[in-house]
Amino acid sequence: MPKDHGIGASPKRREDVRFLTGAGNYTDDINVHGQAYVHFLRSDVAHGKINKIDTSTAEGMPGVVRIFTGADFEGVGGLPCGWQVTDKNGEVMKEPAHPVLAQGKVRHVGDPIAAVVADSLEEARTAAEAIELDIEELPAVVDMGKALEAGATKVHDDLSDNLCYDWQFGTDTETTDAAFAKAAHVTTLELVNNRLVANPMEPRVAVGDYSRAGDDYTLYTTSQNPHVIRLLMGAFVLGIPEHKLRVVAPDVGGGFGTKIFHYAEEAFCTFAAKACNRPVKWTSTRSEAFMSDAHGRDHVTKIELALDKDNNFLAVRTDTKANMGAYLSTFSSSVPTWLHGTLMAGNYKTPAVQVNVKAVFTNTVPVDAYRGAGRPEATFQLERVIDKAARELGVDPIALRRQNFITQFPYATPVAVEYDTGDYEATMAKMEELMDIPGFAARRAESEKNGKLRGLGVNCFIEACGIAPSNLVGQLGARAGLYDAATVRVNATGSISVMVGAHSHGQGHETVFPQVVAEMLGIDESMIDIVHGDTSKIPFGMGTYGSRSLAVCGSAMVRATEKIINKAKKIAGHLLEASDSDIELKDGQFTVAGTDKSVAWGDVTLAAYVPHNYPLEDIEPGLEETAFYDPANFTYPAGAYACEVELDPETGKVTIEKFVSADDFGNVVNPMIVEGQVHGGIAQGIGQALLENCAYDENGQLLSASYMDYAMPRADDLPHMANYVVDHSCQTPCTHNPLGVKGCGEAGAIGSPPTVVNAVIDALHSGGHTHVSHIDMPVTPSRVWAAMNSQ
Amino acid sequence: MYSFDIQRPTSVADAVAALGTDEALPLGGGQTLIPTLKQRLSAPSVLVSLSGIAEIKGVCTGDDGALCIGGGTTHATVAREATGYPALAELAGNIGDPAVRNRGTIGGSLANNDPSACYPAAALASGATIVTNTREIAADDYFQGMFETALNEGEIITEVRFPVPEKGAYMKFEQPASRFALVGVFVAKYADGVRVAVTGASEEGVFRWTEAEKALSSNFAPEAVDGLSVSGDGMISDLHGSGAYRAHLVGVMTKRAVAAAH
Ligand SMILES: Cc1cc2nc3c(=O)[nH]c(=O)nc-3n(C[C@H](O)[C@H](O)[C@H](O)COP(=O)(O)OP(=O)(O)OC[C@H]3O[C@@H](n4cnc5c(N)ncnc54)[C@H](O)[C@@H]3O)c2cc1C
Repeated sequence: MPKDHGIGASPKRREDVRFLTGAGNYTDDINVHGQAYVHFLRSDVAHGKINKIDTSTAEGMPGVVRIFTGADFEGVGGLPCGWQVTDKNGEVMKEPAHPVLAQGKVRHVGDPIAAVVADSLEEARTAAEAIELDIEELPAVVDMGKALEAGATKVHDDLSDNLCYDWQFGTDTETTDAAFAKAAHVTTLELVNNRLVANPMEPRVAVGDYSRAGDDYTLYTTSQNPHVIRLLMGAFVLGIPEHKLRVVAPDVGGGFGTKIFHYAEEAFCTFAAKACNRPVKWTSTRSEAFMSDAHGRDHVTKIELALDKDNNFLAVRTDTKANMGAYLSTFSSSVPTWLHGTLMAGNYKTPAVQVNVKAVFTNTVPVDAYRGAGRPEATFQLERVIDKAARELGVDPIALRRQNFITQFPYATPVAVEYDTGDYEATMAKMEELMDIPGFAARRAESEKNGKLRGLGVNCFIEACGIAPSNLVGQLGARAGLYDAATVRVNATGSISVMVGAHSHGQGHETVFPQVVAEMLGIDESMIDIVHGDTSKIPFGMGTYGSRSLAVCGSAMVRATEKIINKAKKIAGHLLEASDSDIELKDGQFTVAGTDKSVAWGDVTLAAYVPHNYPLEDIEPGLEETAFYDPANFTYPAGAYACEVELDPETGKVTIEKFVSADDFGNVVNPMIVEGQVHGGIAQGIGQALLENCAYDENGQLLSASYMDYAMPRADDLPHMANYVVDHSCQTPCTHNPLGVKGCGEAGAIGSPPTVVNAVIDALHSGGHTHVSHIDMPVTPSRVWAAMNSQ
Repeated sequence: MYSFDIQRPTSVADAVAALGTDEALPLGGGQTLIPTLKQRLSAPSVLVSLSGIAEIKGVCTGDDGALCIGGGTTHATVAREATGYPALAELAGNIGDPAVRNRGTIGGSLANNDPSACYPAAALASGATIVTNTREIAADDYFQGMFETALNEGEIITEVRFPVPEKGAYMKFEQPASRFALVGVFVAKYADGVRVAVTGASEEGVFRWTEAEKALSSNFAPEAVDGLSVSGDGMISDLHGSGAYRAHLVGVMTKRAVAAAH
């Protein structure tokens, strides 16, 4: 019998009641009395010198409150980068200024030049049209290869070139070269990890408010991490101390990473609220989102895999160019390095792994973390090159992977991280069972009867989640700690508010977190609510990303609940006239061990707040505890994925017929929510593999600037639920956090892109198109057709 | 959006009068025009809504057997009621999503003449007649290139008359993002010959593939198209496919339309 409450049960998501009935409270629902609206005038050229901005006519237009340009932000800090990467020569990365409004130059289409604050949005837009701009267009730097050529146009004139850093990591060159020299076979693959736009359903919004009475500010914003925004914006941009700045991220309609970062519009609205002495609101249009939300991925990679004569992996060497865009977004520098290089060992015991990454500035929107962040890029190249090697060597791709699996834990990889636990054989076997691999030949024959090709793709993946041990990331260049915090506030009647630093924007924390506390206390989940998303209400928190919420913030919540239990036992001991060490808590009752003497949870909580009969000399009244939790290591969710595609050889169109994931997330608190997270992640992975393509032309114009050209995955692009199987029954609990959980939010998006591409290549080979060894994502019908006809 | 006035006439005559003012534009379902206004790419001073005009709505059969569709009829209505011309009803039922189909109209679609739109293929392949408040225009004369038509300013499409073929089908290969036609081919077989119209492919907008028409007129079977091809020159080439790919799809979709014709 599955459990019906507590850890392991699948209660329906309680937050969905408000979301599905239109009762959510999103940032755009927040209107502050007297607010004005801002419209940003954005660059329509990718690169240009600002000769003149004349706002005089516009300032006289109806409704205009004030017009701001870069000049208004001289002396104000720029948007900071949260991670300093040190390159292979020991030099720190180049860190160009990132002004709130462009100063001197515009560097990408969408770069904000001026901001018009007016009584209404339409008036702001109309006034913006009257701003006279003289921008001298400069050659755009778009292609990363060209950006690195000697004499290339520079995105930032004050830097020596467009190279942000040249990073090398893992096994030294001599050892790596030696491994390649003795290899019996080397497989090489060049590939692109396509640029994506996250496209959360809710576009970004910011409302800045300033109170002269208290000289304090409130920013309402669509953020995954309000405390991080308070820190970055307060300390680095506007110079507002924490106690004068409240950041609220209410209901947020999806983030996928893109709402981690601190954006210019947030700083602008906060700044302008004081400057105009009026609240200032900005709501992004979808068109603006395409050119101002940080993009994801955009790596160009060459990977080489060396194998010995028995097909054991000897070495992996990668050479990647990673696009930073025009400026360094908050976590941009860490994505191609520490979130990517550290995963290049994959699930395999390859003794030598060397990762080389050049980060490049271009005249494009900044690129930063997007669901998976670095780990999908690592997984894609590794699992594609292994597949190619299997094909070149004529061996079974599953057997080749199996043979090279890491089987002993803990395992220290050549790329710094130590996997605490895992069982890759178990997930592989589970995947094989769920996919019915032996039945594939018959399914292929059936497809061929209908004139279609059928392909089977398999791969493994591993990710580092539960981000992150602060002392480790500090050594690696992080400018913040990555712990989290929770306060468990027990009220007099026994109901509980848990203030958590994690932010829920689709993950279902409001359902899952109470399941954990309810299990620990033996009380009903309905007595527990979580509070999140407001720096004035929660103790602290680094927010939600990197599949960290339950593993890190959940652990803080467990620690705080343990403190509650300890104190409650003392109170119960007093009430029962027994020693607290003899008190047991079960099903919401405190019992003296071995007796039938007990008090209920509610009696104890009431005593804490009405301390008439209470050990005041020993313990304080009240029942509220806070804990901060800093993880000892990352967590390492891993799994095996498979998919079957059908390919129409006449049109090149690929359809996913079946997808199977076998994941190991350690312990699972709410299976339904975990499955939903994986379904969603795989949908995004399939989107990347088949559909999504953020493309620029050579002038830096965004070609995929709306849904007319940027293809988001829709329900009918995905297999029917019966053939969309997500399994998490293989569980090796995390060894270092109290719940034994690893995180499940990114897995689907990390694991699935190579699955799809491997399947497409398999289908093409079965149809005799054996010259096709790779097709870059998205594997669109036209690309498949071109590849088939490329001989 | 810039500000504008809106008029809601209930007759074609009133609509025509309202359109006589400077910078007035007819508003059909608004599925193309409203996004254009929101992006401030168009600035009419008056919008003349056609959705209150009963006389240009609905589907009926004319004395000559042609299927007559009022210019203000929504895609959803056509999908539901054009049972006499199943290929046309199916085409309408695959335009956009339910919201688009419940607002968008045939008149708006033909007036707009998007090079990737579906209805132009049906109208051209059926040899339809575009009826306006002033005249009747043969489909062969009506489509004049991307977003270009024979309509004059202020002219309203009041009706579209489709001769019903013995057999017909529309095959749309969707552009993955917009789901408009990357290439769409409408094939219609009449007693006096076969007509084939292609949308989505050409930089000149919808066109007739006369070579295929000839071959299919003598043998209405997919194989008849074997060996025929259109040139990739002059075909749209974009993120979603090269001109050569589109040219290839014209052949594939034509065969599939012939195979599916009913
Ligand atoms: C999400 C989405 C998906 C879509 N998918 C498809 C698709 O797959 N295939 C497809 O073919 N189309 C598609 N469309 C377009 C849709 O069919 C539109 O409805 C159509 O192109 C315009 O019709 P409308 O009635 O909305 O016209 P409007 O937007 O109101 O007007 C369009 C133009 O026509 C003029 N006009 C309107 N009615 C008349 C008339 N009776 N006489 C003269 N001029 C008139 C207007 O002045 C304007 O210039 C899609 C649209 C959207 C928003």
